[in-house]
Amino acid sequence: MNGLLVRGLTVRFLLRRAVVHAVADVGLTLTPGRCLAVVGESGCGKSVMAHALLGLLPANARVEGEAWLDGELQLIGAPEPVLARRVRGRRIGLIPQSPATHLTPVRTARSQLQETLKELTGAGGSAARLRTRADSLAARAGLDPADLDRYPHELSGGTAQRVANALALAGDPPIVLADEPTTGLDRPLIEATMAELRRFCDEGRAVLLITHDLRAAELVADDIAVMYAGRIVETAPAGDFFAGPRHPYADGLLRAQPTREFTPIPGFAPELTALPDGCAFGPRCGGADAACRSRPEPRPAGRDRLAACHHPLEGRDA
Amino acid sequence: MPDTCALEAAGVTVAFDRRAAVLDSVSFRIEHGAAVGLAGPSGCGKSTLARVLALLLKPSAGSVRLDGRPVTGWRYRAPREARTAIALIFQQPRAAVDPRLTLAEIVAEPLLASGRAGRKEAAHAAASLAERTGLTADLLGRRPHEVSDGQLQRACVARALALEPRYLVCDEMTSMLDASTQAFLVAAVEEYRARTGAGLLAISHDEALLARWCDEVRTLP
Repeated sequence: MNGLLVRGLTVRFLLRRAVVHAVADVGLTLTPGRCLAVVGESGCGKSVMAHALLGLLPANARVEGEAWLDGELQLIGAPEPVLARRVRGRRIGLIPQSPATHLTPVRTARSQLQETLKELTGAGGSAARLRTRADSLAARAGLDPADLDRYPHELSGGTAQRVANALALAGDPPIVLADEPTTGLDRPLIEATMAELRRFCDEGRAVLLITHDLRAAELVADDIAVMYAGRIVETAPAGDFFAGPRHPYADGLLRAQPTREFTPIPGFAPELTALPDGCAFGPRCGGADAACRSRPEPRPAGRDRLAACHHPLEGRDA
Repeated sequence: MPDTCALEAAGVTVAFDRRAAVLDSVSFRIEHGAAVGLAGPSGCGKSTLARVLALLLKPSAGSVRLDGRPVTGWRYRAPREARTAIALIFQQPRAAVDPRLTLAEIVAEPLLASGRAGRKEAAHAAASLAERTGLTADLLGRRPHEVSDGQLQRACVARALALEPRYLVCDEMTSMLDASTQAFLVAAVEEYRARTGAGLLAISHDEALLARWCDEVRTLP
């Protein structure tokens, strides 16, 4: 199949005195034309997961599992030259967190975009032609080509975001990973960024959106995966999810929004170096009992839905 | 005199560059006990106004009055009793703390720096402040790199409340945080305000949050 099929993805970081269990047994499917949003609080392992797929983790990371790109290339453990020359930017584009700090500060947006184009799409002709191609790519990302001649510090947050989008699209990748692309943006810019991701889907790309912003996810996602303490605890079609989550953590997150009850989930997420036995959410969960001392595996919880909970909530659509 | 119990900016202008003023003769008033929200797009001058009101940035023109008394100095030139009457909580906790201090030291720092408490009392007060913002004892011994953004922001809120300020300025306090941590920290600030009657300026691009949190929401012209 086309897209990206992730199974059993596990990432641990070996520190001097501890092991960080950042991602545990994650399974995801990215389908052309669809947007999957992975939501969860900061430090739950979302970004590590995206970086693992692109082989961008530091040397002390131990990665296991499988990630099949278009059913023919296994990304986990693929040699660096394969990832560098065939995958990153060409088949999977990355929109990084805080684009303003991701750009090289001492070069103009144009010089960075043209370098990327040249690298990813082959030298392809004269300087003038490269310039035209950068202009048309910028225009597609909603940029005024004149913005390209500015340095990153001269760009507003929204414009820097569009430059990052243009860079991610330079190699025309069928899969786009967007890692917290809305950090520091105001609502209109969040909405514009989400509309842009939607457009990527409409062009037939598969989009993975990583965010802590549930309302941003709701704007664009076809499917939702909720991550807690390194594991996916619920997956569902977006509409069904927002109508009635099955996992108590997901329910708590939705209720905590200022547009709903605005009440926090008690307690903290566990340390990734000292995960409890059994359900990681158990200590914070009102409905936990003896059964929750063993770890719940993801199980069907409605149509196209999975929840890793011994006592999934009754949904309104059930 | 109840009408003077307010943090007030009158005709404040800030221009970082001669061609364009970030704030152009802006007047803004936060009554003691009131919760005022300030919304508006990125770059409209919200944070600049917050820094002027928190006495961290001297405006090019205009004046600020604190409970009826004109403010005469900014930053370290502000008199201590004015400086400690207003607390500012920033968006990025990591940029707002000394990475060498433990969370307990971060929370206790204002008490020690202002001479309001000795080492022992400050540590004791810090523990009780931290409890109100939901930090557990094992977290207090850690340094910033050993905790999450949400946990570090809890320490920053506890630190801001340490000197019992009469006004709180929260500049995008929760925009990096998940919904649950956001709800918790807003509740902690509101619990403090209910107890002390402090005035609040909450700045956010999230109008749904401000509508839920504040008595009134304004935008900058």
